[in-house]
Amino acid sequence: MTAARRRPGQVPFLLVVPAGLALVAFFVLPTIGLVERTPWTDLFGLLGEPSVREALRLSLVCSLSATALSVVLGVPLAWLLARAPLPGRGVVRALVLLPMVLPPVVGGVALLLAFGRRGLAGQWLEQWFDLRLPFTTPGVVLAETFVAMPFLVITVEGALRSLDPRYEDAAATLGAGRLTVLRRVTLPMIRPSLVAGALLTWARALGEFGATITFAGNFEGRTQTMPLAVFIALETNPAAAIALSLVLLAISVTVLAVVGSRVFGGRRAPAAQPVPL
Amino acid sequence: MTLDTHVRLRLGALELDLELTAPPGELVVVVGPNGAGKTTLLRALAGLQPLDAGHVTLDGVALDDADAGVLVPPERRPVGIVYQDGLLFPHLSALENVAFGLRSRGVGRGEARRQAAGWLRRVGLAGREHTRPGELSGGQAQRVALARALAPQPRLLLLDEPLAALDATTRAEVRRDLRRHLDSYDGVRILVTHDPLEALALATTIVVIEDGRVVQSGPPDEVRGRPRSRYVADLVGVNLLEGTVRGHDVVLRSGARLTVADVPSPGDVLAVLHPRAVALHRGERPAGSPRNVWEGTVGALDFEGDRVRVRLDGPVPLVAEVTPAAVHDLGVEEGSTLWASVKATEIAVYPA
Repeated sequence: MTAARRRPGQVPFLLVVPAGLALVAFFVLPTIGLVERTPWTDLFGLLGEPSVREALRLSLVCSLSATALSVVLGVPLAWLLARAPLPGRGVVRALVLLPMVLPPVVGGVALLLAFGRRGLAGQWLEQWFDLRLPFTTPGVVLAETFVAMPFLVITVEGALRSLDPRYEDAAATLGAGRLTVLRRVTLPMIRPSLVAGALLTWARALGEFGATITFAGNFEGRTQTMPLAVFIALETNPAAAIALSLVLLAISVTVLAVVGSRVFGGRRAPAAQPVPL
Repeated sequence: MTLDTHVRLRLGALELDLELTAPPGELVVVVGPNGAGKTTLLRALAGLQPLDAGHVTLDGVALDDADAGVLVPPERRPVGIVYQDGLLFPHLSALENVAFGLRSRGVGRGEARRQAAGWLRRVGLAGREHTRPGELSGGQAQRVALARALAPQPRLLLLDEPLAALDATTRAEVRRDLRRHLDSYDGVRILVTHDPLEALALATTIVVIEDGRVVQSGPPDEVRGRPRSRYVADLVGVNLLEGTVRGHDVVLRSGARLTVADVPSPGDVLAVLHPRAVALHRGERPAGSPRNVWEGTVGALDFEGDRVRVRLDGPVPLVAEVTPAAVHDLGVEEGSTLWASVKATEIAVYPA
């Protein structure tokens, strides 16, 4: 027999070509392009320009607010999805995850119809509380939360599902009420996932474009966040656009590194075991 | 101070209906096969699983009474649980684990830590206060789990297979310690296990449950001497035969006759004989003093160290315990036909 000897573990050629193509075309080239065209000498000058500084500041404030809001609202939501005897759980979960697959522009339109001045809730918010959301900074926070919160909910819900509920039982038999169990056992035990979820949420909020520009517009100093500034600057000041993009890239890479080491490499919460009867 | 309970609940395929009374000072060991409802019983007592009907009463106080609409939640029951795998909180140190119950029940931080340190000293873990559970050995973790359950001074202590996750050497050691700590605890103690040795070694009362029902309960000696079901007989390692008294003999279902020394009162009876009392013979039907001689086919051979348990199938199914040398000399193998003989005086008979 003269059949070619193929060692086990050898990678098939038919897979290497498309995989390599994807890697180069979609990941390596754009990254190199951005880094290579970065005006390194002017970098700090460009980032110091008032409009750029303003966009940076607004982006940080809005994305951190959106992350905080997502944690405050998303953790209870994740808990309900994971633990409560919820009727129609599948429908509720689909609704929660919808913003992840919805085109952000459509999300922005939907937000306008809900919270706009003539919107479902918007008209009452303005009438009763004199609160106007569209085309304001709180509107940016709302748009970013809308798009980013699902990342927190699915991460935390998954962690809650894989947490052995007997830890919570043990805490209850030691005299801990529901809230004490949540505060001293459940949340600390899912902390790595909570941190990862919050980081993903923050990264998504920071990069939000479509829903923000649709719902909150593009007003410098009020609603113009970094992605919006990049888009505008591309026309007028390409160097600034590239500098801003580099900052966003650096943040994304850092988040990925931190989340990756915590969630995919680090220790996980003890998983659920089948409960013997 | 007594636990009095009648647990009735249905959970999936399991239907639990068992009554249990446990006075203080007794160590009640609930033993039964997997799926018999042991853990569910403990969960019901702890308040983690509400009853469908029946009641859980501790010291005359109703903790769960389906009819009266009483259901005390787990955090307000004076109950402590030790789980099989310890279930220590992995993000807390040994000391914080033990202090958890005290803190939850309103003891101040400093006082809780002081008491917790005392408990760790008592279970022999002084110096490991700040160790995380992940860095403790199995035996150490189980000691911390015991200290954690005992620290808030529960009136009812539940132990769910506390030794099952340990290796053989550690198990003996932790069993000894466990026994010492259980002896000095004055509340009601219930331990659940599927290990008959553990049950016989620790119990003052054994409760055998099968399919959610109590099949036998009593002191270990009584359970060992007079098993009431095949499962219990297997548990304590004896042969159990069921039959009816006819004259001076006991007639088994298969028609085989059993000659016994003490003739019991008429009716259905159970007969128990130890595998050691069964002698095996090859060839012709043996002639000798034993009154009971039956033929059987070897169904299985289990080598257990210096002994071999030979299972004989036939009109009188028996297990005989012999030496490996005897197995060799007789040429016993699966499928071979042998005679078994048992002296009448080796058989204990009691009403079914």
